[in-house]
Amino acid sequence: MAARVIVIGTGPAGVRAAEALVEAGLRPTVIDEGRRDGGQIYRRQPEGFTRSYDTLYGTESARAAALHQSFDALKSRIDYLPETLVWNISANAVHLVSGTSCRTLEFDTLIVCSGATDRLMPVKGWHYAGTYSLGGAQVALKSQGCSIGSRVVLMGTGPLLYLVAAQYVKAGAAVSAVFDTSTLLQRLSALPKLLAIPAALKKGIALMGVLRKARVRVYRGVRPLEISGSPVHGVSHVEVALQSGVPFKVACDAVALGYHLRPETQLADLAGCEFSFDDAAQQWLPATDEDGRSSVKGVYLAGDGARIRGADAAERSGRLAALAAMQDGGLKVDGLVSLREQLRVFSRFAAGLRVAFPWPARLASMLPDETIVCRCEAITAGELRRVVRETGAREANRAKAFSRVGMGRCQGRFCAHAGAEVISAAASVPLASVGRLRGQAPVKPLPVTLIEEETSE
Amino acid sequence: MSGRFVRLAETERKTFVIIVDGVERRAAEGDTLMVALLTGMRTLRDSEFGDGRRAGFCLMGACQDCWVWTTDGDRLRACTTPAVTGMSIVTQLAIAGEGVWPRG
Repeated sequence: MAARVIVIGTGPAGVRAAEALVEAGLRPTVIDEGRRDGGQIYRRQPEGFTRSYDTLYGTESARAAALHQSFDALKSRIDYLPETLVWNISANAVHLVSGTSCRTLEFDTLIVCSGATDRLMPVKGWHYAGTYSLGGAQVALKSQGCSIGSRVVLMGTGPLLYLVAAQYVKAGAAVSAVFDTSTLLQRLSALPKLLAIPAALKKGIALMGVLRKARVRVYRGVRPLEISGSPVHGVSHVEVALQSGVPFKVACDAVALGYHLRPETQLADLAGCEFSFDDAAQQWLPATDEDGRSSVKGVYLAGDGARIRGADAAERSGRLAALAAMQDGGLKVDGLVSLREQLRVFSRFAAGLRVAFPWPARLASMLPDETIVCRCEAITAGELRRVVRETGAREANRAKAFSRVGMGRCQGRFCAHAGAEVISAAASVPLASVGRLRGQAPVKPLPVTLIEEETSE
Repeated sequence: MSGRFVRLAETERKTFVIIVDGVERRAAEGDTLMVALLTGMRTLRDSEFGDGRRAGFCLMGACQDCWVWTTDGDRLRACTTPAVTGMSIVTQLAIAGEGVWPRG
């Protein structure tokens, strides 16, 4: 098999992919944007911090420790490039930047384990200082030992909503309320699928127990109305309509917001991978076969960066993608069948989570015109609707060209899903026909001064 | 002005001085610049589009809503930049004076 193998990411998928390659005697280059390995879910705290694995990762502490130990053992057998951003992918080459140095590395096989970020639905006032993504609120605690505020409201839906709430409570933060847009009925109807992994379901129920014991107020079936505050000092209240329809307002100085996760697919896009619309997830995802092969020869996708199935599945899909790559390279590999079977169970559980915590698409059409959709450039839902109405733009990239929604420096990571819903509702066309924003290099802003290093063979 | 972030753990770390908008503040070893700033103040930047102050959003280097500038004009992403002794940070370009020419 050709020796030039690159793995992007050192979360659960990336580490297990690298491990499988090393076991087969290969020496992959492993590139990661983070200072330390672990990805977001098993993110390591800075050197010198003293909290235990149990404190940091709770029920997942053994998994986190195992992943970190595996990676530590791999370090001398891989070429590890931390704090390095893959900002573009061209035919058989990744373009890297680290600090102000840039270079290009060629590959024969590329395994992209790019992870996920929060899936966001705007709410009026979410641009006020003190609104964070749920994942961000978790990073503040896990990586820095901080709460995002002294009175925190958590709002949205998804497993992360309850996980972060429970972690905040355990760490001693003041959680003023948890607002979930999903209903108890939706949760119950998801049970058959969630029972695919009873242990995971049990952990989820235990999180609710932590909140109940701490007397945290949890409201289900809510409709977020507004985050109020001031442009100078930031958020001061969150107002929702309760399931009964009654408006309800809570004082706070910070809000954590998120609606489950979305894969970071820009790199797959730049690599030329085909995408297809996933009806269940209501999003465009890179097309892969069961083992992680993309439509581009030599490019494999794994973990939550390909589809959201959680960290345990990511470990398996990372390994599976590496095995598939080696098989395609002519090596004999074992264990494919067992990994596929395990992943099918995780896929079923993930489908259950989407039923239990559905993406609240309908909220997009109800956003008041003055709601900011694009936080980067403060562009409102009303402006996006005007563009759809006056220019007839019904496709995401065309609407972006006219409205600039998705053109800001987050490159649509936090507005594209909701923006597409706004376009779909305003134009009365199905979400799938709105399409998706094309990935653009650089996938993140680069320093103005770059020094080119010697390019590899 | 009080801070936005609240330290709940790892509070025994050594601290050092950074300069924020010309004022001395203390950061702890291992702090990201974002934490160093927001444990002492409620916001860290102005939106370029006139909708007010911002204090970051994703904390994982994806949203770019925590950009601040050094007094030399270099841009830093506060959530992924470690705080370092002696750093001098500008969070309000409008009052930083003519000395600061932001790059990027």
